[in-house]
Amino acid sequence: MRDAPIAAYRRPNGRIGIRNHVVIMPVDDLSNAAAESVAAIVDGCTAIPHAYGRAQFGRDLHHHFATVIGTCANPNVAAVVVIGIEPGWTRRVVDGIEASGTPVRGFSIEGHGDLATVAAAARQAAEYVQWASELVRERCALSDMWIAMKCGESDTTSGLASCPTVGNVVDRIDPVGVTTCFAETSEITGAEEICAARASTPTVAKAFLDAWRAYNDFILREKVDDLSESQPTKGNIAGGLTTIEEKAFGNLEKIGKRTRFVGVLKPAQAPTAPGLWFMDGPSPGAECLTNQAAAGFALHLFPTGQGNVIGHPVMPVIKLSANPKTCATMPEHIDLDVSALLQGTMTLDQAGDALLDLIVRTCNGRRTCAEVMRHREFVLTRLHMSA
Amino acid sequence: MIHFLVHSDRDTVGVVVVDGIKGGTEATGRVMETGATLMMRVLDDVPLGHKLAIADIAEQGTVIKYGHDIGRAIAPVRKGQHVHVHNLRTKRW
Repeated sequence: MRDAPIAAYRRPNGRIGIRNHVVIMPVDDLSNAAAESVAAIVDGCTAIPHAYGRAQFGRDLHHHFATVIGTCANPNVAAVVVIGIEPGWTRRVVDGIEASGTPVRGFSIEGHGDLATVAAAARQAAEYVQWASELVRERCALSDMWIAMKCGESDTTSGLASCPTVGNVVDRIDPVGVTTCFAETSEITGAEEICAARASTPTVAKAFLDAWRAYNDFILREKVDDLSESQPTKGNIAGGLTTIEEKAFGNLEKIGKRTRFVGVLKPAQAPTAPGLWFMDGPSPGAECLTNQAAAGFALHLFPTGQGNVIGHPVMPVIKLSANPKTCATMPEHIDLDVSALLQGTMTLDQAGDALLDLIVRTCNGRRTCAEVMRHREFVLTRLHMSA
Repeated sequence: MIHFLVHSDRDTVGVVVVDGIKGGTEATGRVMETGATLMMRVLDDVPLGHKLAIADIAEQGTVIKYGHDIGRAIAPVRKGQHVHVHNLRTKRW
């Protein structure tokens, strides 16, 4: 296919965004109340409350900062107000966001209290919202987009039709130069050799297999049974998926038939070049999407079977399903119905065309089901316990 | 009408794509890789999205889907029977 024009926001660092959020980001759990108060007072901004940010250390702390900073530096974000309980780590987060070029200001609560902090932060948030409202979309190229994918509440229709629809699109947008990302290390178990064979070089294949083995070793060390009902989930099993191997082959359909992946990312780590990337990390939807958005992905493709309702605070999530019951009973959550693939009344290329069309329209501003339904899941991955 | 789909012609299971098949139904299936049509008598009630055996599978035998190993049968499975957690287990965890 040829590159497609889209109307997007060009950010100071050159990246393009398809939304124009003003984010109120707490550094820690204690600052959620103030952040949510600011978002309640000032129209047009989004608070992203979360559960962590205290007494973390080492690689877990590094990952916390990378996720919080990366989410705010996502090109779908126009400006950020950071609120922390104390000024030191607040400054650290502000500095990290500032390095991306995104306008940001930090406020801390100790010595001021919530009321004075909220007053000052709300004043700044109002200023940012008015400034951001005058930014205009410019003509950009789809090839400059970063698009992530992951499937959830999968069933056998995911492997038959909705994941192959995403794969059909990946095979078409990869040669154009779009940056894409698949993930879900544990959910490739059983198909890891097939996946490794899709790496662009033996070095990349080894990096993938090393990451997969480390994750699998962790599961083998911690497991108390065969993980049935955790992986596959209860929902997966209700939908007809029986084993992790079966789930893995369906999952892998998302990377298409031809595209090769060019590198392995840590959770929340940004890619350094166009192409398909593998992000090593946990598989649950909200955690995975949080890590992908923090890496800078600006749009998400999410096939579901049984009807996952997920969204993200700043990254639009396009959900598609081939399960005719899910499409009929949960239409407010499903952006694209590809169930006609099951009866052969739609071809895979036609399904891919429909998804590509929806991608372009979503980039241009069409709101997804998740956005309309206010689904803003944000779940930080913990790499180990706090001190 | 297509009652079930099969990914690969090496597979020993197919997936029901209609809103449930009753045991005793003469079902029509399609192999996605080759476009071939399969006709088969279904032995159990099988819900939408669930698997049915399209070949006999011995106890401890490997179940094949997508042309690949998706686990082991923990009971003998006859062609036409429902395949799920009661007769199929992972080999991994």
